[in-house]
Amino acid sequence: MRIILSVLASIFFIGIASSQDDLLNLLGEEETGPEYTTASFKTTRVINGHSLENTAHGVLDFKIGHRFGPANGGAAQAYGLDGATVRLGLDYGVTDRLMIGLGRSSYQKTVDGFVKYKFLRQCDAGCAMPVTLALVAASSVTTLGATEVPWYSPDRTDYFTHRLSHAFTLIVGRKFSERISFQLNPGVVHRNLVAGTEDPNDVIHVSGAGRVKLTKRVAFNAEYFHVLRDQIPDNFKNSLSIGFDIETGGHVFQLHFTNSAGLFERAFITETTGDWANAFQPASRGGGFQFGFNISRVFTVHEPKRPKG
Amino acid sequence: MILATATISSATLAQDRYMTRTGHVEFHSSTSMEDIHADNDKVTSVWDVSAGVVEFAVLIKAFTFEKALMQEHFNENYMDSNTFPKANFKGNIKGVSAEQLKTAGSYPVAVEGKITIHGVEQPLIAKGTVTVDATGGIRAESDFAVKPSDHDIKIPGAVRKNIAEEIQVKVRMDYTKM
Repeated sequence: MRIILSVLASIFFIGIASSQDDLLNLLGEEETGPEYTTASFKTTRVINGHSLENTAHGVLDFKIGHRFGPANGGAAQAYGLDGATVRLGLDYGVTDRLMIGLGRSSYQKTVDGFVKYKFLRQCDAGCAMPVTLALVAASSVTTLGATEVPWYSPDRTDYFTHRLSHAFTLIVGRKFSERISFQLNPGVVHRNLVAGTEDPNDVIHVSGAGRVKLTKRVAFNAEYFHVLRDQIPDNFKNSLSIGFDIETGGHVFQLHFTNSAGLFERAFITETTGDWANAFQPASRGGGFQFGFNISRVFTVHEPKRPKG
Repeated sequence: MILATATISSATLAQDRYMTRTGHVEFHSSTSMEDIHADNDKVTSVWDVSAGVVEFAVLIKAFTFEKALMQEHFNENYMDSNTFPKANFKGNIKGVSAEQLKTAGSYPVAVEGKITIHGVEQPLIAKGTVTVDATGGIRAESDFAVKPSDHDIKIPGAVRKNIAEEIQVKVRMDYTKM
């Protein structure tokens, strides 16, 4: 009897002791919903191209993109300060997966719009998706006057459709660690009107971009757009850019060096004139790279439903 | 004798333990520059009233902010939520007995224990109130302040004026019997 009692007593006390060690273990494993990876990139653009990030639901993002002239213009051109192209844009998160945007570039006075949708989202917990998959569909139209367009000729009718170009980009990306994210972003740019009969209307590119976070608020980015052979004339080069993201609360400042002047797909994928090989050559050899910056400023215009305090 | 032991132990085993998975924790940072507020409705807690012991686990990523970007920065830049996914508290509640919880009323309590935020443990002493309503529902509430600097949460100079040195925290738990 005493033995039984002492056994019971010891079981009982062990029970008490362990329960006091970790009361929460009594609740068992928590069930958490899917937890999607966040902050793979600091903002929705890597440099010129789209990153796998979307503007959050209800957030308006005011984008200022600025590219100076070629840095090898020398002192006469104030090392590129003189000639600049600008794009002003507004992006909006319709949902956390769907964003839309509109912009206006000084490059050929172009208005562009896009829709970006995340089909798959990389998941940290509660599901097993290893990558984020997004599609960007963009269109642009030049608003240059009838006699100002590059293809102007007195005997050619100026059709509206000639002014259009479209771009589809598929983004497959992954945040590999807190610091490192990488994405492949192949796509096609469709020009409704091209310069010569031998130039294809559709230009296919296989491209990629990545970032390495240096500190909590500074990241190093690089992106490269590789246009497959024999699709664009030799005077146009592949776009290569490197830069830094600096985040300060509601702003992200992106400072970069790029050989592209344009800030929408047709411009930087198929019409990049700068050549990194000319970087330190006289301007007479052609443009090298230029300094540029993007500024992103977000405004919360709509608050999605959240738990009430 | 065995019967008696069995009865006693089962009575004790059916201890006065209460739990919740939907506890509410909110915090507020107020400066002349900016007010920042976040809510979390997914706090788990177990309270063993007979032993006077309570534990909380707070999933950091479950805090929601008015601004999506603020939420991202909170997790990325301040709380390192991937490294330290949870804050927790283990301690004692004094001032209310298991018997009192069976009668409607409001009881002031003293809470004392250790709070771990951002992987750094600090002692915490707070006052609270336990309210038992007419239907027997038990609500525990407490307010206290934590300093980010006590938990090795670095705030860069550029936003120092936007984030209070002391963050006001409110806890509200509606417990159910386990």
